[in-house]
Amino acid sequence: MASAKQVAKQAERREIRDRWLLSAPALIIIFLAATGPLLIVVIYSFLTPGPYGDVVWKFSTDGWLSVLMQRDIFDDTLAFADAHLSIFWRSAKLSFLTTILTLLFGFPTAYFIATRPARQRDIWLFLITIPFWTNLLIRTFAIQEVIRNEGIVNTVLIKLGIISQPIQMMFTDFALMVGMTYVYLPLMVLPLYASMEKIDFRLVEAGYDLYANRFQVLRRVIVPLVKPGIIAGSILVFIPALGAYVTPRVLGGSKNMMLGNLIELQFGQGRNWPLGSALSLSLMAIVMVALLLYVRSVGGRGGAHG
Amino acid sequence: MASRFDIRRQTGFTTIAMICFFALYLPIVTLVVYAFNSGNSIAIWEGVSLRWFYQAWNNNQVVDAAIRSLQIALVAATIATIVATMAALATTRTKPYPGLGFKYAFINQPLMVPEIVTAVALLIFFSRIKIWTGYSGLGYLMAAHTAFCIPFAYLPIRARLESMDLSLETAAADLYATPWKAFRRVTFPLLWPGILAGLMLAFVISLDDVVITEFVKSGGQDTLPTYMLGQFRRFITPEINAISTVFLLISILIVTVFFFISRKKDQE
Repeated sequence: MASAKQVAKQAERREIRDRWLLSAPALIIIFLAATGPLLIVVIYSFLTPGPYGDVVWKFSTDGWLSVLMQRDIFDDTLAFADAHLSIFWRSAKLSFLTTILTLLFGFPTAYFIATRPARQRDIWLFLITIPFWTNLLIRTFAIQEVIRNEGIVNTVLIKLGIISQPIQMMFTDFALMVGMTYVYLPLMVLPLYASMEKIDFRLVEAGYDLYANRFQVLRRVIVPLVKPGIIAGSILVFIPALGAYVTPRVLGGSKNMMLGNLIELQFGQGRNWPLGSALSLSLMAIVMVALLLYVRSVGGRGGAHG
Repeated sequence: MASRFDIRRQTGFTTIAMICFFALYLPIVTLVVYAFNSGNSIAIWEGVSLRWFYQAWNNNQVVDAAIRSLQIALVAATIATIVATMAALATTRTKPYPGLGFKYAFINQPLMVPEIVTAVALLIFFSRIKIWTGYSGLGYLMAAHTAFCIPFAYLPIRARLESMDLSLETAAADLYATPWKAFRRVTFPLLWPGILAGLMLAFVISLDDVVITEFVKSGGQDTLPTYMLGQFRRFITPEINAISTVFLLISILIVTVFFFISRKKDQE
């Protein structure tokens, strides 16, 4: 009896070992070209900037201090650096507004798709999937053509005689907000649709039987049912928006920098790699907090891809 | 209310949905239309011509960047799909074992971290390695792309595997098939739609990448997206529209195939 048990245990151990071997290549590649380098960023954030970029191997906390502080070049005292703080604030504000806007537009769109007959649903879903997989850069470029001074919006408004001078939209926070809402909308619609597809409309019917009006049914029945989708969509939009790099670079000017551009600046003209590293880690910390809140709110069931 | 009361209807939702679809496609359609403009402008229409497509085709920088993009995407997507298939086989259809949760988290890690952070990390890491080894070829870009493609390839393969039960493999083993033979003759034929979907997703993701490529590339290693990003700083001609249009067509083609493969899976 004991030996049979031992054999079984050995077989199980062998299976686990095989499963580790089988997944090893994927884990090693991700460690070498994604996770591992993140650890190096932690080290770099505690070093001294080199004169031509890169770092000098001397411990310093200046990288972290200058995330929020600025050292006075004359008397060496520290003061709050509102330049960085305002970029943090703009990134947070724009990402939040983008999330709200994509939700306001995405919710009815997802609901519309989910309530179509099965055959039609695939077509509408396909129409959302195409922009989802279209190059972000191309979509940013496309929205730029629409909102620039010589773009469609201004041309049409001038032709209609509503305005005489083009409205300056490019290089403003407004452009970033419109651009990010445009490029991230599909990221909101798809998870919303996934949870709306499962709505049991008998519950909606029950709501009407209990004399609820359409708005009450929406607020008290539908929204609670699709809450996981709302949270998943918001996370999927908020996180890339916070770290956005391409959209602000193309649509914004130097006055509309977001965190991603501030980080890039430190590795380019700024030549302050430790500060850039510290800023990257700060961004990552904010994202991790958002993800943790998400995991807690869904109670561990389902993932970001549900 | 004379007609039947539709419990699914919500006032204004259809209108908003239509506005969204219109707004999603208007910019893309405009971009494509102006690719065929005969004038120099991306705003003033002067007539239909294919001159910008010819010009892009004869622009060595564009062609080189396109070839580089395809090389990287092919290598990265292929390797990512192979290792993701192995990882999916190792992490599905099993009772929980120590480290399973860790593997899930680790494989999905590239999805959790903002791209700009990974880009910075790779810039630092690879610039060290470049100094140590003196090698500055496309290998860095291929490695970086492979890593972030793995989770995208993994997702559809894992989803497909989870919908398959083990009875056929068990039957094969009972008939004295070796594990490799059972995989080749039983698992793989059933799994291939998932593998193909994973391969295509990984390919598109690699082809589209801007941020990580922009930070990792050495001089003269522009891919099509980073080349385009560089052009936005200059005076833009419809050549960019023409490049975007071809790019769009390729993406739409791949996505269409992907969409129908995954739909077929749902119907089975």
